[in-house]
This record gives sequence, C-alpha cells and structure tokens, in this order.
Amino acid sequence: MLLLENVKKSYIEPNGQPLPILEIPRFELSDAEQMILIGRSGCGKTTLLHVISGISHADSGSVQIDGIDLRRLSEQGRDRLRAEKIGYVFQTFNLLPAFTALENVLLGMAFSGRGTDRGRAIQLLERVGLAERMSHKPKTMSVGEQQRVAVARALANRPRLLLADEPTANVDPGNQQSIIDLIRQTCNEEKIALMMVTHSLEVAGQFDRVERLDEINQLSKVTS
Amino acid sequence: MTRWAIAWRSVTQRALASSLTALSMAMGVALVTAVLLTYGMVSDSFMGNSNLGYGLIAGAKGGKLQLVLNTTYYLSEPVENIPYTFYQEFLSADQQKKELELMPESTLSELKDGKYAGNTDFAIPVCLGDYFKRFRVIGTLPKFFELFRDQYNAEEPRYHFAQGRNFKTWDQEHGYYEAVVGSIVAKETGLKLGDKIAAAHGSDEGHAHDESPFIVVGILEPSGTPNDRGVFINMEGFYLMEGHAKPVDDEAPDSSPETKKEASLRRSPLPIDQREVTAVLIRTNDPFSPIFIRNAVNEGNVAQVVLPVLEISNLFELIVSPIQTLLLVITVMICIVSGISILVSIYNSMNDRKHEIAVMRALGASRGTVMMVILLESVILSVGGGLIGWFVGHAMMASASPMIEAKTGVSIGFFDLAPLPMTFELWMGPAIINVLPSYLRELLSLELLIIPGLILLAVLVGFIPAYTAYKTDVAESLGD
Repeated sequence: MLLLENVKKSYIEPNGQPLPILEIPRFELSDAEQMILIGRSGCGKTTLLHVISGISHADSGSVQIDGIDLRRLSEQGRDRLRAEKIGYVFQTFNLLPAFTALENVLLGMAFSGRGTDRGRAIQLLERVGLAERMSHKPKTMSVGEQQRVAVARALANRPRLLLADEPTANVDPGNQQSIIDLIRQTCNEEKIALMMVTHSLEVAGQFDRVERLDEINQLSKVTS
Repeated sequence: MTRWAIAWRSVTQRALASSLTALSMAMGVALVTAVLLTYGMVSDSFMGNSNLGYGLIAGAKGGKLQLVLNTTYYLSEPVENIPYTFYQEFLSADQQKKELELMPESTLSELKDGKYAGNTDFAIPVCLGDYFKRFRVIGTLPKFFELFRDQYNAEEPRYHFAQGRNFKTWDQEHGYYEAVVGSIVAKETGLKLGDKIAAAHGSDEGHAHDESPFIVVGILEPSGTPNDRGVFINMEGFYLMEGHAKPVDDEAPDSSPETKKEASLRRSPLPIDQREVTAVLIRTNDPFSPIFIRNAVNEGNVAQVVLPVLEISNLFELIVSPIQTLLLVITVMICIVSGISILVSIYNSMNDRKHEIAVMRALGASRGTVMMVILLESVILSVGGGLIGWFVGHAMMASASPMIEAKTGVSIGFFDLAPLPMTFELWMGPAIINVLPSYLRELLSLELLIIPGLILLAVLVGFIPAYTAYKTDVAESLGD
C-alpha cells in the first residue's frame, strides 16, 4: 500500500550546511496494516508524515501509494491524491474555528472532487460520540471532543492510509485510550492502513508493529 | 461544502472587520448609483421632450440653445417672435384653410401650399411669454396633444389626460378660453377641472389678464417631461387676451373694470398678417428634410430652424457630460478606495489565516482552490457591500423623488434604473434599441455595469492576499 525507497530529506541550516532529517532505504506498509512510529523529538517523524502525504518533497528516492509514485505527480496531482487516499490527524487537531463540527468533517470531503456526503459526515460524528455536538464550533468543545472531530474529518473520504501525528498528545489521559480505540477500530472496519506517531510506550505497546526513527534518521524495527 | 460556503464562513468569522469593509464599499456604490440616477434624471428631463416626435424647432433668429431651452423645456428668457405667416409655410393650402375656418374673422382668399408643406408631416405653433404663478403659459393648438406620439409605440399618444379632455379651438360653453394644465401645475396649485386661471404677462409678477380667464378642462397625467410644468391654453384665446389682440374701439384711459370687460368681449383677434408665434414644432416626413429645411430657412432673415436633439447633445457634451464624468470619477475613486480597504482587511488577516490555509491544503485543497477561496471572499465583501449600496442609493433617490419631481417633473421609483448615456444610444442606434422588447429596453442601464465592475475590482484587490494564500508553505504553516 505504502512503499518508500531510498528516501532522503534534509534541511538547510542557517550556516548553509545541509542537516539530514530522513534517510530511509526501504519501508513498506501493507493494506489495512496498523503500525506505530516512535522516536525522539525533532528526529523527523512529522517530516516523514509530510513526505508520505506529499505535503513536503523528498530530496531523493520514491514514495509510492497504491503504486502511484508521488514524484511523477504534479503538485495538483499530489493534492488530489492526498484528498482521496490519505487521512491526516494532527497533534493539535487543526480544526477550523469558523466551522461547526459537522462542517469541519464536510470540509475534509470538499477537496476530493467526489463531493460532500452529509450522511457519512453525520454517521462519523455519531460514531465518535458527537451526535449532540455537531453544530458546535471547536471553541465550545472540549479537547477530547475536538480530537474526535479531527478523527472523523480524517476518515471522511474513506482514505486508504491514515496518518496520525501524536493524536493523543494534547488529550487528557482519560480520553487517550478511547481515541486510540476509536482510530484503530475504524481503521479495522474500513480496511484503512494506519501509521501513528506517538511518544507513549503504553500506546505503542498495543500495536504489533512499532518502528523507531533513530539517531541517524533511519527506520528500524522495534517489533513486528 | 462549496468554495463559496468556505469563503462566506471566513467573512462571518471576522464579522466586524467584514461589516466595516462592506459598509465602505456600500457607501461608494450608493454614491455611484445616486450619480447615475441623477444623470438619468437630467438626461430624461432634457432628452424626454426632444424625443417627443418632432425634429425641428423654428423660431426667431438668435441663440439656438436658448430657442430650444425656451421652447422645449420652458427655461431661460422668452425669445422674440416670428410671423404667423411663417408658420403657414409648413402647412398645405387645405391645412391652412381648416385652421383659418376655425378662427374668427379670418380671410380664406388666395391660399396656397406653404413652401415647406411638402416636406412637413406636421407643424405646431406655440406662443410663449405669459405665466400662471411660476408656470409658463403655452398658447397652442389642440393638435399639440393629438399629434405627438409615444416614443416607442406610435399607436399611443404621448400625452394622456388624468382628468377631463383636450381644449378645443372653439367650445359652445367656454368659447376660445379653454386650458389644459400639466400634472405638477395641478398638484402644486390645486387647480381642478372648471377652475378659472388668468395668465400674467411677461412674468409671474406681470400684469394679469384678469379680463380673459381660461377654464381648466383637462389635467395631464405625469409625463416626466417639462410639459408637466406647463399651462396650455387655446392659441385663439391667447390672441384675444389684452395686449395680444386689437381692440375694436379705443378704450378710454380711465375706463371702469366693467367697461374693460365689455371691451375684452368686443376685442377681435389680430389679423393673420399681424399675428406672431414664438416657435413652431415641426416633424418632417423624411429623414433628409430637416437639413433641407434648416438650410433653406437659415439662409433667410425671417427665422431660424434648429435641431433640438443636436443642440441638447451639444449642451450635454459641453456641460452636463463633463460634470457627470467628474462626479463619476470621484465616486469610482471612492469605490477603489473601498476596494483597497478590502485588500487591507483580507491581507491583514492573512498572517492569522496561514494556518487555516495550510490545514485546507493538508486536507487536499490545491493552491488554486485556496486562492479561489480568498478571491471569493473579496467578491463577497465587494459585491455584498455593492448590493447594499445599490439599495441605499435607490432608496435615497426614491425618498427624494417627490422633491425632485416638483422641481423637474421627473419622478424616480425605487426600481427605476439609470438610463444608458445618450451617446451610447446614438452609438447603438435608436433603431436597434427600439426593436428590443420594452422590458429589455428598461433593463438597458449603466447600472448593469456596477456588478461586473465590482467583481473585477474584487478580483484585482483580492489578488495580492489570494497570491499570499497561493504561496503559503504548508509544512511550515501547519506547525505540527
């Protein structure tokens, strides 16, 4: 489903020197497979998710989703692929404050070219336990509720791959597990591959496959 | 969820800033609308009468524009007169005979076709110089209200009577003293059918011809022309008024009012060769005759012939259009300043919104999409404000309509649109405009340009913030 080969990414430091962030010879994720990505802060986990989703470019190497090489796509093509095949749950939720919970979910469908499906948006919000909060704007919702809206939005387009960047980092411990359960259960039911970044060993311990982005910016298996 | 809905949400999210920005645009457009409507009002006021179905005015030699202003719009000082016999040059022998038969003590011998009769469809004489209160008195023939046809529908008369009827050359009951008054005259003076009016000579403070009162037999419907401000009296009655007619016997200087009244009753009209008219309104029977008649008449010493449309076009070109253009430039500048305030408003919000834009991009929105959302936001503010301004402008003019109508005879309804400029109509050709259905003709308005103009302005001022959105670095702006 997802294949990375010889992916390299570096940033240019103020002194003009390149700072390597990613150097991944090969990485694969199968259909509906669920995995955890761990690593120290600043090691490039978010950058990896950006490269996979096409938000950022790899300096070299190829990223393939469902056999489609991102390098061969125009920027607009990568945007379309992201809208159609990738769901993204952000650490800080990134809900748009002007929109209600329902509209935030509908927004997730607005750019795929397939039109918005209000019924599915409502169904997803009911599924994440927000049936009564659909018309509320983010600022009137708790942190846990906001993250559940973000999950519903990421799943709105029936993606093939869900990227979740520390989805429970800002959520109180009482809500953490329910969000993890929600994500995993939905991915299972809809056959969505999951790549989740976390610092929580407790969360990582629940997954069969855990990969570490190590000191030399390479992925290595912790478990499989 | 459409791009429009996303843009609308952004606008409502910043409700105060958006309202103030739209308000400034509304004020600009209200002013543009008011200027266009005022221009339309002035244009209607002047062009309405010049399109009533006559193409030439014959009058005394002198200022051409003054002749037109005086004859058609009842403005400016009265001009000199021309001989009645000159008016007859536009009539056939039969027409002359018919008119003379209705006159008292007329001579019917040796009638022959007038020099220009073969080129003339109709000619209507008018005698000016008297006033009733502040309104001009026009001595004319009943055909004034019979021959002029509607501008667009030749089957319809140009003037309709709200009450009563047209005056007659001779009436069993009222003799030669019948009058028709325009709608504004009736409204302002409270004149009713059957009321008596006495014209004053020279000005509204001049000597009143009390001894020869005219009976109001008709009140015109509002026509939106200067004729709404006219008092039309039978020309034969006009000639019988003191100072216009020849007394049968010399009056004693110290004669009593009773004696004067008796004298007026015994007064006989001037012989044809001593009669004068102020002007003759002429419609020719082919498009080439106006130039022929103008050249032929203007070569002589008796009178001059002018083309009112040409004179009014010149007046518009020289005075009215530049003023209107200046006002339009000022108001369009106001709109541009309002447009710049939209630019500033959206641009200032871009720093806060980079994150939102990055989120939309992360959700799959293309650069073009986020750019379009910002442009639509600009269009919403610009066109939304513009529509409010259009309503405000029309409401302002509609509320001022009674006052404007009293002064100019032109009324403005809330949904009346500013007409096309005369130059545009001339450019398109009246024939093209006339073939359009009336509902489409009424929609031909300069105001139609307001919305496309606002959209263009919105796109121009929205481009810079939209381009900022286009260039937003997603990874950097997401901050996760």
